[in-house]
Amino acid sequence: MGYFLLRRTVGFLATVLTITMVVFAVMNILPGDPALTILGIDASEQALAALRAQLGLNDPVLVRYAAWIGDALTGDFGTSHSYRVPVSELVLERMPLTLSLAIGGMVATVLLALVLGIGAAANHRKSGDWGVMFLSQIGIAVPSFWAAMLLVLLFAVHLQWLPPGGFPGWSDPVAAVRALILPVAALTIVQAAVLARVTRSSALEVMRLDYVRTARAMGYPRQRILWRHVLPNALVPIVTIVGLQFASLITGTIVIENVFYLPGLGRLVFQAIANRDLPLVQALVTLFAVIVVTVNFLVDVIYVMIDPRLKARA
Amino acid sequence: MRTTAAPALLAALALAFAAPAAAQMRISLGLQQEPTSLDPTSDATAAINVMLAQNVYESLTTVDSSGAVQPQLAESWEISDDGRTYTFNLVQGATFHDGSPFTADAVVFSFERARGEDSTNPRKATFQAIEEISKVDEHTVELTLGNPDAFFLFDIAQGPASILHPDTVESNASRPVGTGPFMFDAWTRGDRLRLVKNPDHRNAENVALEIVEYRFISDPAAASAALMAGELDAFPGFPAPELIAQFEADPRFTVINASTEGEVILALNNARAPFDTLEARRALSHAIDREEIIEGAMYGLATPIGSFYPPHGPAYVDLTGMYPHDPDMARQMFEEAGVLGDTLLLRVPPFPYATRSAEIVQAQLGAAGMDVRVENVEWGFWLEEVYTNKNFDMTIIAHTSPNDLSNFARGPDYFYGYDDAAFNDLWASIRTEVDDEARFALIREAQEYLADAAVHGFLFQLPALGVFREGVEGFWESQPILYTPLSEVTVR
Repeated sequence: MGYFLLRRTVGFLATVLTITMVVFAVMNILPGDPALTILGIDASEQALAALRAQLGLNDPVLVRYAAWIGDALTGDFGTSHSYRVPVSELVLERMPLTLSLAIGGMVATVLLALVLGIGAAANHRKSGDWGVMFLSQIGIAVPSFWAAMLLVLLFAVHLQWLPPGGFPGWSDPVAAVRALILPVAALTIVQAAVLARVTRSSALEVMRLDYVRTARAMGYPRQRILWRHVLPNALVPIVTIVGLQFASLITGTIVIENVFYLPGLGRLVFQAIANRDLPLVQALVTLFAVIVVTVNFLVDVIYVMIDPRLKARA
Repeated sequence: MRTTAAPALLAALALAFAAPAAAQMRISLGLQQEPTSLDPTSDATAAINVMLAQNVYESLTTVDSSGAVQPQLAESWEISDDGRTYTFNLVQGATFHDGSPFTADAVVFSFERARGEDSTNPRKATFQAIEEISKVDEHTVELTLGNPDAFFLFDIAQGPASILHPDTVESNASRPVGTGPFMFDAWTRGDRLRLVKNPDHRNAENVALEIVEYRFISDPAAASAALMAGELDAFPGFPAPELIAQFEADPRFTVINASTEGEVILALNNARAPFDTLEARRALSHAIDREEIIEGAMYGLATPIGSFYPPHGPAYVDLTGMYPHDPDMARQMFEEAGVLGDTLLLRVPPFPYATRSAEIVQAQLGAAGMDVRVENVEWGFWLEEVYTNKNFDMTIIAHTSPNDLSNFARGPDYFYGYDDAAFNDLWASIRTEVDDEARFALIREAQEYLADAAVHGFLFQLPALGVFREGVEGFWESQPILYTPLSEVTVR
């Protein structure tokens, strides 16, 4: 296990470092001048030159990259070019919302998918199974932004039960939860549909195994067989998909935050790229990378926990 | 008299309990663009001026809804006979939101900062034209321009000329402090910005709104849903002309189609073939059909232009008939210019008016025998490849600044690639002509000159479409300058 952790940590650091280099290179190759974006097309050449000097854009790329890495290692992610405040402040004030969305979406996805997937497997080739298969097919086919718009039209515009967007902050928990219901639902629909299908087929495979038949023959209660004996052995493919889905939930928030005008990291990165705000893009992409790599790492650890056979190989 | 005491007491009690219950007048406004800074003197983002110019920040002069210059922090001024020296008499008793008094020092500081070496003011050129500025006494400022400038009083009314205080200037990007009728209260980046009424403003008794909340909603469908769900009272710059009809038909809303200073042009690269020749540019002018573009791209909600001047302006001449739409004639002219069938690169920035117009332009030029390659590009890419490197044949862009005929006098380095000594002289005489009627005559001449030279395809004037909930009143119905003042707005 110690060697496993060491190997994974080295891999983790190498991945993050590579990502920072790629982002830095791409942002420098990409046409676009932050000073021109800020001052607009009527600005004089002198004002532009003064701003470029203030933003430190005149140094060579490698010098800037080295300075960035040096500062980042000490926890200083620099100052945003466009907002003129520390990047860490911008990221921290927006992180709770995006994490709430992603974690809320993940929990809802897992709960919904397990209930529907196991339920469908238990009712294999019956109406419940067909129902789940049909609904999940629709769920996969519907893009999340479109689902989001339909949810807004129904629940915010016509019924007026929930707000159409925006986020009041966690200081008012009831309003905050109300504001998150529709975005989380929109994120969940596609993901839960995919996961329910994976759960169903994985459970069906396990249910054909001898020990399940034995348990049935011994007269164990149906629900107990399903949740205590089938589910744990069906988990490996489910956990794999959940890990991948968490990454796509994080990126999915970019779209959902735009549709529901939520002040999260997704909209921030979108705006930062448009503004050529290199320090901000760099920090955000690195953060997303860290989250994704961490989740993959956790998935690997969970594999070992749920399938002791993997421990020997690790 | 004792008998009346009880009812009077009751009435007083009733008032005392009723008073706190009286709702504060508040308004919730949608905005498509969110600024990243709140300082209009160092960032050109339009939304900063829409929210804060005239509301939080004030300038020496202001501009009314008809486009005329009016006094603001300067209550009056004298101009010397040679038109170069201005003496501003400042209002007395005005204060900044942090309590510091407004005096001549703040004016001198703001202007010196804007014209300084390190200045990143988006309108730095306006301030660099000032040769000298000095404080005469606490409430009088005198400044001298290098040359007389007919637009100076207008230019110093704009957001980038806001008067700031030296103590708070550094924090204005996130905590703006001005002298205006509203004070900054809070900004949740990515979500909303709140202003509250300034009770100490000299005009406070006439300002009805107590709380103003701006919500940042970039997606047009989300903007529409927020209005329909009653989350917003108004959306002054509504981003989607295609959704306007639904609000016009709905009795809960009123729609204002305000004219703006934004001329939308099919900009031609005059510095390279094929549009370096007059024949090819005139052929293009005959090939485009403005009505069809306005119908298709703006759902009919825009006014055609034949040159580069807003139709609501005092010196406007209608030149839309100069090159009648005629694809056959255009084809013949392209052939005579020796460019028929050439491929033209049309690079389009990511604004709906531009991307939609581009498809129609492509079809219209196709009908005149030209092959148009449309490339939709992102804004940063446009700024670098089209604006800076001039790597394009055509592009579609709105020029939203007032008095921007000056663009055509910016020389060969500007992305138009248009360099014409005769026009430069004409512009110089416009700029220095301080007599209104004489200047209007020159501006008319300039419009005709540019139309005759067919410098660009002049398309239409960009409208500012506003959607307002029933009962919201007092917004301007024209936009001669980039302000959305709220002092006169009321909500029922």
